[in-house]
Amino acid sequence: MLLRFLHRLMVLVASVAAASVVVFAFMRVLPGDPARVALGINASEQAVAQLREQFGLDRPVLVQYLDWVGGLLTLDPGIEFVSKAAIGPQIADRLQVTLWLVVCAMVLALVLALPVGIWMAVRHRHWDGVVLSALSQVGVAVPAFLAGIVLISVFAVRLGWVPSGGWVVPAEDPVGFLQRLALPVVSLSLVQAAVLARYVRSAVLDVLREDFLRTARAKGLRPVQALVRHGLRNAAVPVVTVLGLQLATLLIGAVVIERVFVIPGLGSLLLDSVAKRELLTVQAVVMVLVVAVLFINFVVDVLYLVIDPRLRTAPR
Amino acid sequence: MTARPVETEAVADEHAVLSVDNLSVGARHTPLLHDVSFTIGRGERVGLIGESGSGKSLTALAVMGLLPEGLQASGDVRLSARTPARRNLLGVGEREMARVRGDGMSMVFQEPMTALNPTMRVGDQVAEVMLLHRTQPSRAAARRRVVELLEKVDLPDPAHLARSYPHELSGGQRQRVVLAIALANDPALLICDEPTTALDVTVQATVLDLVVRGVEARHAAMLFITHDLGVVATVCERVLVMYGGRIVEAGPVQEVFADPRHRYTQGLIGASDLTGAEGRRGRAALPTIPGSVPPAGRFPEGCVFRTRCAHATQRCETLPPWVPRGPHPAGETAYGHACVHPAGGGTT
Amino acid sequence: MSEMQGAPAAQVVTPDDTTPRPRGRALNPSLLIGGAIVAAIVLLALLSYVWTPWPPMRVLPVEPYQTPNAEHWLGTDRLRRDVLTQILVGARTTLYVGLVAVGVAAVVGVPLGILAAMSPGWLGQLVMRANDVLLAFPALLLAIMFAALYGGSTRVAMIAIGIATIPAFARITRSGALGVMKTEYVVAARAAGRSPLGIAWRHVLPNVAGLVIVQASVSFAIAILAEAALAYLGLGTPTGQASWGRMLFEAQTTLRSAPHLALIPGAAIALSVLGFNLFGDGLRDWLDPRLENR
Repeated sequence: MLLRFLHRLMVLVASVAAASVVVFAFMRVLPGDPARVALGINASEQAVAQLREQFGLDRPVLVQYLDWVGGLLTLDPGIEFVSKAAIGPQIADRLQVTLWLVVCAMVLALVLALPVGIWMAVRHRHWDGVVLSALSQVGVAVPAFLAGIVLISVFAVRLGWVPSGGWVVPAEDPVGFLQRLALPVVSLSLVQAAVLARYVRSAVLDVLREDFLRTARAKGLRPVQALVRHGLRNAAVPVVTVLGLQLATLLIGAVVIERVFVIPGLGSLLLDSVAKRELLTVQAVVMVLVVAVLFINFVVDVLYLVIDPRLRTAPR
Repeated sequence: MTARPVETEAVADEHAVLSVDNLSVGARHTPLLHDVSFTIGRGERVGLIGESGSGKSLTALAVMGLLPEGLQASGDVRLSARTPARRNLLGVGEREMARVRGDGMSMVFQEPMTALNPTMRVGDQVAEVMLLHRTQPSRAAARRRVVELLEKVDLPDPAHLARSYPHELSGGQRQRVVLAIALANDPALLICDEPTTALDVTVQATVLDLVVRGVEARHAAMLFITHDLGVVATVCERVLVMYGGRIVEAGPVQEVFADPRHRYTQGLIGASDLTGAEGRRGRAALPTIPGSVPPAGRFPEGCVFRTRCAHATQRCETLPPWVPRGPHPAGETAYGHACVHPAGGGTT
Repeated sequence: MSEMQGAPAAQVVTPDDTTPRPRGRALNPSLLIGGAIVAAIVLLALLSYVWTPWPPMRVLPVEPYQTPNAEHWLGTDRLRRDVLTQILVGARTTLYVGLVAVGVAAVVGVPLGILAAMSPGWLGQLVMRANDVLLAFPALLLAIMFAALYGGSTRVAMIAIGIATIPAFARITRSGALGVMKTEYVVAARAAGRSPLGIAWRHVLPNVAGLVIVQASVSFAIAILAEAALAYLGLGTPTGQASWGRMLFEAQTTLRSAPHLALIPGAAIALSVLGFNLFGDGLRDWLDPRLENR
């Protein structure tokens, strides 16, 4: 068990290292000259050269890479080209906002998807199961930002219950915070819930066909008891896989949702930096998102070990 | 096909642990079991044989009340022990039926590899059935009993084994655990559905022996489903031969195997090398029953076997009546056949 | 039952022990509905090349913000353009992006998947590990990275989405190919000394084709979503070209006065994603009836 855990940990470290090479190569080597990108084509050759020297872009690529990785490891990814603002604190600020969105949305999606998915599976031969299943299929097809726009047009524009966007710090104005959190979280989680519910449904359907569930019934467990005591834990493995993938899409989906609701999160920082051509900031934010995705995968793998005893000993 | 309450005469035999009367099972438009009737007495071991698709497992699942969704059963199934007022089990609700399962009657399935929950320690799976029916006062007592039960099915180091997961056990070991679960509450009836088919030949005999010992120790009734006639001959006293969802022949094992009457039974015995195997050892030399089992619900009217029977005539197009072959304590359904051109001693 | 080693002495021998159940390959509702939606979108996109209700991308001498009426079936937008015309032309963009993205992903991903399956050593491991790393870059993120360097455009969007979709194809192909590699005819072909390339072409590829087609349909839906999101963010199809995501973006400022301008392209996106998802699901069930309900 410990061995498998350490193995997964090594895979995580290796993947993060590989991803850092990809991000660095992509953002720094490919375009040739980030200083030129940052200053635009109209900037003088002299200004560009000065910026390159200032940011050490004239050093060998390997040195630059090690310097960058060192900065990441000490949580100091440097300063912006033009504004000279420190990147690290900006990311820390924005990350908090995005985490609120993502965590709340994931929890809400789970709370919705688990019962609905189980219900769809148990009742898959009945009309209500079929209707729910069809609805979830439609839900999967609606992009989160579209759900957000529709929600704004109904609850913010027509009914005026909540502001159509913006952000306040929870400690300063808890009510205003919740009002502004509600719509983006709902629009993110509705779609996620639809996707998750479909996976829960199919995982539970698979488990319902298992022999050991029949054994459980033969022991004298009623169908619901059998499903709860023996079925759900076994259905959890495929669901946890999807949960990891969904959490990753949620993180990326938040980028768009922040734009819809004008929320100053990590996604807004990324998009603003893209617009300002601040490649160093883009690079740092991308790295944060990618590490988050890889870390989620790692947690999922560790969860497998907890859920399914067969994986603890099975050789790879 | 609606459940009709048969109240008195069918269950006249007070010694019967299980009495099944006119059991029929079907999907909406496809009948799968027809008028299956038999009884099993205390301490009696009855075999149910037939090819795949003849309705053996369906009979067992109907008795257990575990038919797959979409199948309906009608008729009369009664269990003497621990069922309130010997009611027809086909009429009782799921909640009450669940109280009987695992307690008054239990079942061992064919596939030991998948019959146990892979995410639960085997000891907990055995303990669960006792705690569920409250046959052990506490968790600790149940745990002690688990070790005894595992020891009884000859598992090595039972205390340690109880804490392992199913995937750490071999197929034979897993089937012993399933058997321990089935016997944990000393059921009056044990149903075994091909319990050794999936096991290695070397393990089969020992598991069979454990089954018989467990049942004998409890004076339990047993319904043993198999397509292996050799197993029936060693395990059971009485046999029911099933084809096309009907019982076509029944009787004491010796009599039926030595002198089968129904042409299907004759074919089955000829196709196994139970008898007359001296001259031909290889399996290839065995005669087979011509044709194959039709898909569910596609059996012919009249005698269900007539489409594969060399002796079939026009008379077989009407359902052959049950011909009792001799007196039997378990009633006339326990010894007889349903064939108008029977093999062996004389034609009736 | 058939996997027993050493059959017991007294076993019933019948010519056909496992009853073959005839399974009609009935077209399932998912396949029919999904297929109908996909076909409709393709036809509408093709139609837009020969006919649109009004000249496409043209500012018309009409009132802006019209609600649907007889003249303009789906109304007009802020720039006095006909919405139905825009939707029809936008269908082209959607299909174009989807086709190129899925094409890129399949052309790269399928050979990689087969390679990973056929070379069990370090090479296969390397391919799959690289795949896992790429999997950490979702389509949208990759597209944003591309846009940071090259600016937003339809071409950048579809290539980024295509690259991000490679792992999905590599994975599904590998898992399918691993199954094929174990079959007796492939083992026989290898024993007979057929070249790996020959085996890949003659045996593996035809057998994973079904899986790949199903994946293509599902990936198509994801590509549509990603393209719409990118256009909405202003990183995909630029102003001046018809795109459903772009229409959504432009409609957001007038949600109060003209909500239909957002709802119509939104519905178009959702419907086409639904169509490709259903089509993929239905196709999978149709190709492999045992996987029913998943």
